[in-house]
Amino acid sequence: MKGGHDLGGRQGLGPISPVPEAEEPVFHTDWERRVFAMTLATGMLGQWNIDESRFARESQHPADYLRNSYYENWLVGIQNLLVKKGLLTEGELAAACMITDGAEELRVPNSEEAIKILGTGGPTLMPSDGEPEFSVGDAVRAKKIHTKGHSRLPTYVQGSVGEIEENYGCHVYPDKNSAGERSGEFLYRVRFSSASLWGSSEDNSEVLIDLWQPYLENVE
Amino acid sequence: MAHSNDENMHSHDGDHGHSHDHTEPPPELELKVKALESLLVEKGLVNPDALNAIIDNYEHKVGPQNGAIVVAKAWVDASFKEALLADATAAVSELGYFGRQGEHLRVVENTDETHNLVVCTLCSCYPWTVLGLPPTWYKSAPYRARAVSEPRQVLAEFGTSLPGSTKVRVWDSTSEMRYLVMPQQPAGTQHWSEERLRCLVTRNSMIGVELAKSADAASEQDQC
Repeated sequence: MKGGHDLGGRQGLGPISPVPEAEEPVFHTDWERRVFAMTLATGMLGQWNIDESRFARESQHPADYLRNSYYENWLVGIQNLLVKKGLLTEGELAAACMITDGAEELRVPNSEEAIKILGTGGPTLMPSDGEPEFSVGDAVRAKKIHTKGHSRLPTYVQGSVGEIEENYGCHVYPDKNSAGERSGEFLYRVRFSSASLWGSSEDNSEVLIDLWQPYLENVE
Repeated sequence: MAHSNDENMHSHDGDHGHSHDHTEPPPELELKVKALESLLVEKGLVNPDALNAIIDNYEHKVGPQNGAIVVAKAWVDASFKEALLADATAAVSELGYFGRQGEHLRVVENTDETHNLVVCTLCSCYPWTVLGLPPTWYKSAPYRARAVSEPRQVLAEFGTSLPGSTKVRVWDSTSEMRYLVMPQQPAGTQHWSEERLRCLVTRNSMIGVELAKSADAASEQDQC
């Protein structure tokens, strides 16, 4: 979806204003720590995947997404998912107390199990059951896809022509994964010249983007 | 969430970009987070010890010091560098770095001809296993918007100026592939030990917004 998160090439957002590297803490406030940990810990319940998690943050009104700080958007994301998956009710969130019993069948990791899960990660490479449609060096166009669902095809590349640099193999396809269907599609690294994206090649730069096969079409 | 209270709006009325995370959090937000945590614990959906262990892991164990070890080793050890560029996931796993947000790692090397810069325009994808959690500016709207469309101006805001002949390759992390930049080894450090070289390898140099610290800069700061 073309929400507030789809930021590549947007203008008018001001300077970057980085804090010097040595002066920036990992978390700026205690509530950031807690939101971060709650997001990872509730994710470990196995009730949603990373693409559903991203979609829950992206689905806000764009003005809210941009106005919120980073971890405020994470907070919105887990609140939405907890309610959507039936782990909490809107009433419980509003009242900040338990109304219905917790789901006893859920496996809630303790600290050792949580650290083990972090160390295992979640690889997305999948067995492929077909031949890739594109080869290294092929010219491809990023399709125009105006979906209301989750997608990892940024608006700024849609319609532009690039070149396949590498085939990364078959990876979990976010558009379906965000709807709970884990299936694979070939993933390619595609190189776009700055001229093809922005109409100017003066700055001698190019953009490399990872795009799944359904996002791409042959250039006639 | 939409904020209707004035308490939180004071940080949004400036006419420049600003980092929300450096303003005092509204009490309402702190209370909301505390209430959610209590509710999750009460319902048995999270284990409080697990929350603390997760925080401790990313505050004290996983961070850019891991990436600096990887890069310094690649500078002094040609066979490790070759392995790292061929299969970074496997090469850094052997050093003990594997896990969440580092399952499919690529290391991209800066040279005189090519400079690499990493961004995630759609969210905040970042190689946690070797860099830890991303800094606020990396997750900010201006960086995510501008790194792809005007990388040289972005580099200039970090004080980084490259020759026009150096191509800038901007990596937009749209998939679960994670990218780590291997900065160029600074001039005059060829005889340095691997341990000493590590302190030249900053987090920002491994994202690609800066170069590794020069030998002079490191000596002046008396860090190496």
